[in-house]
Amino acid sequence: MSKSSFTMTRRRMLGGAAGVALTAPMISRAWAQEPVQINMLAWYGHAEPDMVAEFEAANNVKFVPKYYAGGDNMLALIAQSPPGTYDLILSDAEFVQQLNAAGYIEEMDPSLYPFDDFFPEYQKFPGHWTDNQLWSVMVRFGLLGVSYNTEALTREEAMSYNAFWNPKVTGKVGHFDWHLPSLGQISLLNGNRNPSPFDIDGAAWDAVMEKTLSLKPQVGGYFDYGGTFASLKNGEMLAMAGIGDWITGVLQKDGAPVASVIPEEGGIQWTESYSIGKGTTKHDIINKFIQYMLSPEGQVKSIQMAAYPGLSPLKSGWKAIQDANPAEAERSGLIEGHDQSPIKLLSEGRLFFRDIPRQQSLEDWNDFWSEYKTA
Amino acid sequence: MSERPSAYPYVWRLPLLIWQGLFFVGPLVLMVAMSFWLVRNYRMEPDFILDNWDRMLGRGYFWDAYWVTVWRATLAAILASLIAFPASFALAFRVSETTRRWALFFLIVPFFTSYLVRIYAWQVLLAESGPINGVLGWVGLGPFTMLNSGFGAMVGYMTLVLPLVVILQTFSLANIDRNLIEAAWNLGANPRATLVRVIVPAAKIGLIVGCVFAFILSFGDFVSPFYLGGSKPPTLSILIIDTTKSGQQWPRAAVVAVMMIVTLFVVAFAAVGAAYGRRK
Repeated sequence: MSKSSFTMTRRRMLGGAAGVALTAPMISRAWAQEPVQINMLAWYGHAEPDMVAEFEAANNVKFVPKYYAGGDNMLALIAQSPPGTYDLILSDAEFVQQLNAAGYIEEMDPSLYPFDDFFPEYQKFPGHWTDNQLWSVMVRFGLLGVSYNTEALTREEAMSYNAFWNPKVTGKVGHFDWHLPSLGQISLLNGNRNPSPFDIDGAAWDAVMEKTLSLKPQVGGYFDYGGTFASLKNGEMLAMAGIGDWITGVLQKDGAPVASVIPEEGGIQWTESYSIGKGTTKHDIINKFIQYMLSPEGQVKSIQMAAYPGLSPLKSGWKAIQDANPAEAERSGLIEGHDQSPIKLLSEGRLFFRDIPRQQSLEDWNDFWSEYKTA
Repeated sequence: MSERPSAYPYVWRLPLLIWQGLFFVGPLVLMVAMSFWLVRNYRMEPDFILDNWDRMLGRGYFWDAYWVTVWRATLAAILASLIAFPASFALAFRVSETTRRWALFFLIVPFFTSYLVRIYAWQVLLAESGPINGVLGWVGLGPFTMLNSGFGAMVGYMTLVLPLVVILQTFSLANIDRNLIEAAWNLGANPRATLVRVIVPAAKIGLIVGCVFAFILSFGDFVSPFYLGGSKPPTLSILIIDTTKSGQQWPRAAVVAVMMIVTLFVVAFAAVGAAYGRRK
């Protein structure tokens, strides 16, 4: 009996199976389309899995983040890159005008975004519009006030920036090492509310400098992002100027006895907004992502972002977090009528948008900050 | 007929020249040039303006930071040299060759780990709620504020420089001709006189080199004054960070860096003069 030309021996079967196993990924890879790469320029955390993983999976895209620390750093990164390097830019609101003036961002179509769902106070955010042209869409914000150790200060004591001069925290007052929020807060303490703590004349600026220097004996250090976390967590600093719930909110989840309040003198609002980078070719998917982030689902993610929490400027965002995580809604004041509700604070004239100095140069403020640190 | 000059010795010198050119002279020239450049719209533009020098050297905070940095680096160099000397002396004269080798190995081990990680560890140890204050609390002392202070920064400097200073001092002391020490004893010198008049002068070069290295490393360190000193007050390296962070003023940061290099050159040349200068 002759043997057939092909006999399925055990060895051949194993070899064939191994061959199929090895080539299968190649076949499936060829079938699947490569994910579209979206280059995002943002603060740390915005392109981490807790924020973008679901969108990436649903839309076959891959975010490639370039993280910066501070508006100046962001502008420098764009200035030093060829046009089109960044498809999506998340910036602090006060830098949108500079992005626009330098021609780094594209005009956006307002009809693509749910502006009717925004609280009226945030529908025409300063600097995001020139007449009716839209350049950036606000996606989240947060409040800067008095952050304190709840075992060292009471909430009542923290309800004024004078808490930083409280003898109970002598040598234990920290600064987030950036002049704008800290000096803005001292400006508020000095009563510079009209039109804004950042729009002050020479005499008021002199008074802000004098008041700031008087805080020096209380100061225990100047910290970056990580240092601010560490010093509040280990109790080295008992009060911190220039920050808010974006730091203490994360620490609270860790069980640290810290909190932030907006004092009677008022608070400062930081605002983060998405812009479309000039020269991108991925408008459709970028708009889809911004719409996703403005949806209730995206806003719940944004409010609870792992890197640092933020607040929602959308009515549906508040409703969504109240349903999804009532405790977080209560903690962050995203409930109508809550005493720390940003909308209530705005209506009471106790909340001011962080800005660049209007009557002095950024250099003036920065120079003074360096002098203050070495004083 | 004259012999053709050989290229052989020049070939051997070439790697050093290339290395120095690429990694020292080139960047140095660029940095000096950059200190005269202009920043416009967050972008550096080659230029020749004196504004950066005028602005930085005209500010009180620059000189405050300068003298703080010089003072702290000097203190760190002196402290490290003094703390290291007894250990180095023991390693050079009081232990066996095997023990000395092991000791030197363990002095090198800290360099296997990141300096930043070691500083983060110190943050935990020096905190008011940390273990050191915990132990002191048991005996009724403290708590003491050690973190975010000059003391904290100095602990960091010692972490950085002390192992290196011990190694340099040990090599220097171990290489002293023992006949000199025996001669001093035979001539009736007591231990103190032997140390001061024979051992220290004989090991002078190594001791000064160790001290200078401690100064140089502390002078340029950013990590300790920032993470253990709380930037209070800022040193020159922190000022460089601040300057680049705000307005991307790399040219002004270059001014600070050039001033640091000039200072280190002066210190290094003075030290070389002291180490190799003629004895009286």
